[in-house]
Amino acid sequence: MDDTALQELAAHIELKRPDDVVSTEIAFGELTVTITAQSAASFVEFLRDDSSCLFSNLVDITAVDWPERPQRFDVVWHFLSMYRNQRIRVKAAIREEDMVPSITDIHPSANWFEREIFDMFGILFSGHPDLRRLLTDYGFRGHPLRKDFPTTGYVEVRYDEVLKRVVYEPVKLTQEYRQFDFLSPWEGAKYILPGDEKGEAK
Amino acid sequence: MMDGDIRNNVYDDGSRDQLTDEQRIRNFNINFGPQHPAAHGVLRMVLELDGEVVERADPHIGLLHRGTEKLMESRTYLQNLPYFDRLDYVAPMNQEHAWCLAIERLTGTVVPRRGQLIRVLYSEIGRILNHLLNVTTQAMDVGALTPPLWGFEAREELMVFYERACGARLHSAYFRPGGVHQDLPPKLLDDIEEFCGRFPKLLDDIEGLLTENRIFKQRNVDICIISEEEIQQWGYSGVMVRGSGLAWDLRRAQPYECYDEFDFQIPIGKNGDCYDRYLCRMAEMRESTKIVLQCIEKLRMPENQGDVLARGKLTPPKRSDMKTSMESLIHHFKLYTEGFHVPAGEVYAAVEAPKGEFGVYLVADGTNKPYRAKIRAPGYLHLQSMDHVAKGHMLADVSAIIGTMDIVFGEVDR
Repeated sequence: MDDTALQELAAHIELKRPDDVVSTEIAFGELTVTITAQSAASFVEFLRDDSSCLFSNLVDITAVDWPERPQRFDVVWHFLSMYRNQRIRVKAAIREEDMVPSITDIHPSANWFEREIFDMFGILFSGHPDLRRLLTDYGFRGHPLRKDFPTTGYVEVRYDEVLKRVVYEPVKLTQEYRQFDFLSPWEGAKYILPGDEKGEAK
Repeated sequence: MMDGDIRNNVYDDGSRDQLTDEQRIRNFNINFGPQHPAAHGVLRMVLELDGEVVERADPHIGLLHRGTEKLMESRTYLQNLPYFDRLDYVAPMNQEHAWCLAIERLTGTVVPRRGQLIRVLYSEIGRILNHLLNVTTQAMDVGALTPPLWGFEAREELMVFYERACGARLHSAYFRPGGVHQDLPPKLLDDIEEFCGRFPKLLDDIEGLLTENRIFKQRNVDICIISEEEIQQWGYSGVMVRGSGLAWDLRRAQPYECYDEFDFQIPIGKNGDCYDRYLCRMAEMRESTKIVLQCIEKLRMPENQGDVLARGKLTPPKRSDMKTSMESLIHHFKLYTEGFHVPAGEVYAAVEAPKGEFGVYLVADGTNKPYRAKIRAPGYLHLQSMDHVAKGHMLADVSAIIGTMDIVFGEVDR
C-alpha cells in the first residue's frame, strides 16, 4: 500500500480530532495513530462513521506490557475498512490502574477481545457488559501475559485417585525450566558471565 | 411419582399441570459440549432453550488454551514457527505464512521467486484441505455420512503431498522466514498435477450427494443468514463475508506473495445462509485447484528455477558451503542457537487463511525473541457472534451453524 494515501488519512484524522490524537506514525506501510486512552470510544466511533475513514471492521484488540514504563500498558486496536481497503492501528498508553472505555457499543465484536485483555493483562474496560475471564481456567488467578507472570504459571492440575477429582497444586518442576541466553556476550551482556567472577574481583 | 391423579402433579420447580391452572414453563439450560461431536473440538456452550428454540448461547472457550502467545515470548523467531502449525491444524501452512510475512516485513527480506510460488502452491493445498474437512463434516453434522469418507480420502492424499515436501503430514514447519525450507522434487509436482486432474471429479461427486439433497437443503437453506451490516459489526472475514455477496478476499484486495499474477475467481454467495457458504467453499476448492495448476506450470518454467530461500542472516547456509566455509559454519551454529535478530518495530501481517483473515501482530524489540506476538484468528470472531446468530434458531441448527462458521479450537483458544 502506498504511503501517500496513509499520509493523507493521518492528516485528515489529525485535523478532525486534534484533541484525541497524540501522534501519528507511518512505518512498514502501516499507519499508527496514538490517542489518549479516555477518548478511545469516541475516536473509534469517529473512525467508523467518518466518510473518509469508514473503518467499520474491528480486526483485533490487544495489549502490550512494558513493565519499566510508568504507563505500563499499550492497548492496541486494529481496524479495517473494506470499503476503502485500508487498515489502521490505534494505540493508547495507560497506567496499571487506569480504565479504558469499552467499545462494545460501537463494535459488538470487541466483546471477547476486551474480555481476553482483561483476562491476560488485568486491564479493566469501563462500560463492558460482561467482563469475565475468557481463556483461562474457571477460578484462575493472575494475568498470564504480564511480563512478571512466570511462563510455567503457579499451579498445576492432576487427577487424584484418592479424592476422585482434579486437584490443583503448586507447580513442581522435575527439571529446572530451561531459559537459555543465547545473546552474544560481547554485545552488551549486563551480568557477569559464568567463569568471569574472579576477573571482576581484581 | 405416579401416585394420585397425574393431572394434578406438582413438579420440582413449582409448576403445575395444565388442568389445575396455567402451567408456568421455565427455560431449559443445557451444556452443549465440551464433548459433543458436532462442537468441532472442545467447546462448552451453555444454551438457554425455550422448547427447542435457542434463547441465549454462551460459549465458554479456553479449554484448549495452551498459552501460545506467552510461550512465544521466550523462544526465538524460528522456534516459534512450529507453534503456528498447531493453531489451525486443519490448514497448517497458511498460518506459518502469516508469521513469515510479519518477520519478512520487519527485516525487509525479499523471498525468491521460486519460494513465493511454492508458498502459494501450498497455501492453496491448505485451502483445499480445510474446505474438504469443513464441507464434509458440516454435512455430517446435519446428517450425511458419506461425504466425510470421500473427502478424507482426498485429504489423505494432500497430506502425503505435505509429507513429501517437508517430512510431516500435519505439523509441517515448511514455510520459513525468507522462503520455504527445501525445494520440491520434480516428481512431486507431477503427482500434484495428476491429483488436480481428478480432484474436480471428486468435487462433482460430493456436490452430487449434497447440493440438491433435500435433507441437506432443509438443514442449511435460510439458516444463519448474515447481512452486510452484521459482517461489519461482528468483524467477519473469509467465507462468512463472501457467502453474503461481498467479494472481499485479501488475496485480491491486499495481495501478498505473488497472488496478483494468478487467474482465479472469487466465488460469492447471494443469500448469506449456510447453504450459500457451502456453495462458496465448493467453488473455492475449484478455484484453488486452478491456482495450484498455474503454480505448477510456473514452477516448471526455466526462469523460475533457483533458490527457495533468501540466503542471508535469516536463513541457514547451504550444506555444501558449510563444508568449505568457516563463516557459513559459524552462521549456521549461531542461527540455530541464538537465532536471528529482528529490528525493533511493530507490524501486522495478515493472510487470507481458508477460514478468514488470519493475522499476526508482532512487536519486536531488536532481540532474537518477539517481545509480543498477538495471533488474530478468524474463528475467534466467528464464534463470539454465536449468541447473536443462534438466537431464534432451533437447537439442531446450532451444530449446522458451528459447522458453517468453520471453527477449529486450535486457533480460537490459542
